[in-house]
Amino acid sequence: MGTTQILFWFLTALALLGAIMVLVSKNPVHSVLWLIVVFFAISGHYILLNAQFLAIVNLIVYAGAIMVLFLFVIMLMNLNAETEPQKSIWMKFFGVATGGLLLSFFISFIVSSIDLKNKTAQLKEGDVGLIKNLGKVLFSDYVIPFEIASILFLSAMVGAVVIGKKD
Amino acid sequence: MQSLTNRAKPVDRRPMNFMERMYLPAVLKGMSITFSHMFKKAPTVRYPDETRPFSPVFRGLHVLNRDEEGRERCTACGLCAVACPAEAITMEAAERKQGEENLYREEKYAAKYEINMLRCIFCGLCEEACPKDAIYLSETFAPSNFARKGFIYGKKDLLIPDPKTEAADLAKAKGTN
Amino acid sequence: MTLLAFDWLYLVEKLVLIAVIISASLLIAMYATYFERKVAAWMQDRIGPDRAGPFGILQPLADGGKLFFKEEIIPNAANKWLFILGPCMAMLTAMMTSAVIPWGSKIDLGGREIALQIADVNIGMLYIFGVVSFGVYGIMIGGWSSNNKFSLMAALRGASQVISYELAMGLSLIALLMLTGSLSLKTIVEQQMSHGNLWNIAYQPLGFFIFFVCALAECNRAPFDLPEAESELNMGYHQEYSSMKLGFYLFAEYINMFISSAIMATLFFGGYDVPFLDESTLNPNIAALIGIAALLAKTFFFIFVFMWIRWTLPRFRYDQLMDIGWKKLIPLALVNMVITAVVVLLRQG
Repeated sequence: MGTTQILFWFLTALALLGAIMVLVSKNPVHSVLWLIVVFFAISGHYILLNAQFLAIVNLIVYAGAIMVLFLFVIMLMNLNAETEPQKSIWMKFFGVATGGLLLSFFISFIVSSIDLKNKTAQLKEGDVGLIKNLGKVLFSDYVIPFEIASILFLSAMVGAVVIGKKD
Repeated sequence: MQSLTNRAKPVDRRPMNFMERMYLPAVLKGMSITFSHMFKKAPTVRYPDETRPFSPVFRGLHVLNRDEEGRERCTACGLCAVACPAEAITMEAAERKQGEENLYREEKYAAKYEINMLRCIFCGLCEEACPKDAIYLSETFAPSNFARKGFIYGKKDLLIPDPKTEAADLAKAKGTN
Repeated sequence: MTLLAFDWLYLVEKLVLIAVIISASLLIAMYATYFERKVAAWMQDRIGPDRAGPFGILQPLADGGKLFFKEEIIPNAANKWLFILGPCMAMLTAMMTSAVIPWGSKIDLGGREIALQIADVNIGMLYIFGVVSFGVYGIMIGGWSSNNKFSLMAALRGASQVISYELAMGLSLIALLMLTGSLSLKTIVEQQMSHGNLWNIAYQPLGFFIFFVCALAECNRAPFDLPEAESELNMGYHQEYSSMKLGFYLFAEYINMFISSAIMATLFFGGYDVPFLDESTLNPNIAALIGIAALLAKTFFFIFVFMWIRWTLPRFRYDQLMDIGWKKLIPLALVNMVITAVVVLLRQG
């Protein structure tokens, strides 16, 4: 087992642990903090794939900005373990059922997928995730989706300004 | 309203103009002022190391005087206690016995003499009232203390050193070594 | 074992470098507290601390010793683990940024070249950005877990302030990136050093100004020290903290200040470049030492400017803070970005 493998398994275990703790934690602030741990683990995976740009953008955008806003809202709402509403037994049952279905669907999809078979991730030598290649691909092959996404963001910004404006 | 001194300035309540809203000119002006203060001499007196001289009429802690032969001058006449507006001075008189002539100048002396430094307002009226030049206000002030009891000064705190037996201490207290 | 097929000497070299840089930043942060007090005193016509040792230079040790011997208090209603995690996060994020700063060119130890940079990653600038965006977690976790309304208010203020100013900071850096074409800090410094190139401040004065204001806000320094506004929020987010946990928060502020000064010196003022000196003619070790000294001198100058501003300006009101961030700095940064893009395009064409 090389260093890369050891790191991979460590990060995988960390990501799974974090994800489980997000669900298990009673306190929503703890959930958010565990979610940040998950993001760190995923960024670690990106770095193992030599996609440093994706790794750091994942951290900046998700862990650095979105999670701060999540925390912000949760702190303002003052949600505690005690104030968590009690759900009925039927709600719990349907929750487990739909979640289980989704999981089995994912597993069967991954197992049966032909495209994914015999394709392992490029560890260390892949260079798609480097900022230069990513930029080139984004501005040549995928320029139209990129521009559409930017128009979406622009409209979202305009919408935010309109909502935030005093009458 | 009629202004008393005609020095009041009306507050400018106009909205800020563009230059003021940029904050920068005001910021730079302020920063130049603070920078120029870096090179000014600090007027600090490092107190325990340096002390500023008191003025000659400073009224500090009391001392009870002795004459040239080292005898206490106080006769416990009580004029200082009467003169004291803060009622800080108490005393008890006693008669001089045979063989004590070298200790007390007159036939009557103060067996107990107490000044409460927390009551004292350091006005100096006791000094003026004394007919025997026995009480003087010196150039020191009361040091801090942990208890109120410590501020009631008795005879042993107030009396100056004997010029005959403790001449060195006296010179030190006067500051003329 | 493939695990052992690894350049162990390289690992040792990096670990030594990390230890040196961390202890150096701790030492500098310690003495920054002393100089903060001294500068404040000079600007207010006072003397400042001068009791501990000659000129009071042992004052930071005395302060640290005092903090160590204070009682550790964890409030009853506080969330214990997060209460402890808060100062650790603050310290960790303050330290992490130093990894990508090139402190000097390289030194030659017995034929082995050692680069004076912990990690020359090709996304250096984004890394700084990521760590800076994390700095707010220390404040938020500490403020929330204290279970105190003042601390919570301070935490919310801190979070919104850091998020707001991050945008303008990023936009000002994008304009710089257009010129350099690289995210690696080492490359940026080498470009500024190369013959015929001026420092980036000459090309990006507005960008530097925006970056500087945002750095003040990100470090929670006056005039943007709203999360610890004594007059409104008692002590702000570290009100419930005592002993060395409080010390960690106070220390993290100074380390942040040191690191962001070093970043400004690196990005805009040529890093370890000495003007009018051709480093290539010198012995590489001597050149490296001169470079480190030059970088530290520039850094200390910025630390002084931080303090100078703190002891000059009063604190901004919260609405003014948001107004400056969103309505002034971001449009300015956008204009700067567009102008830079146009100029770069014209020069290419």
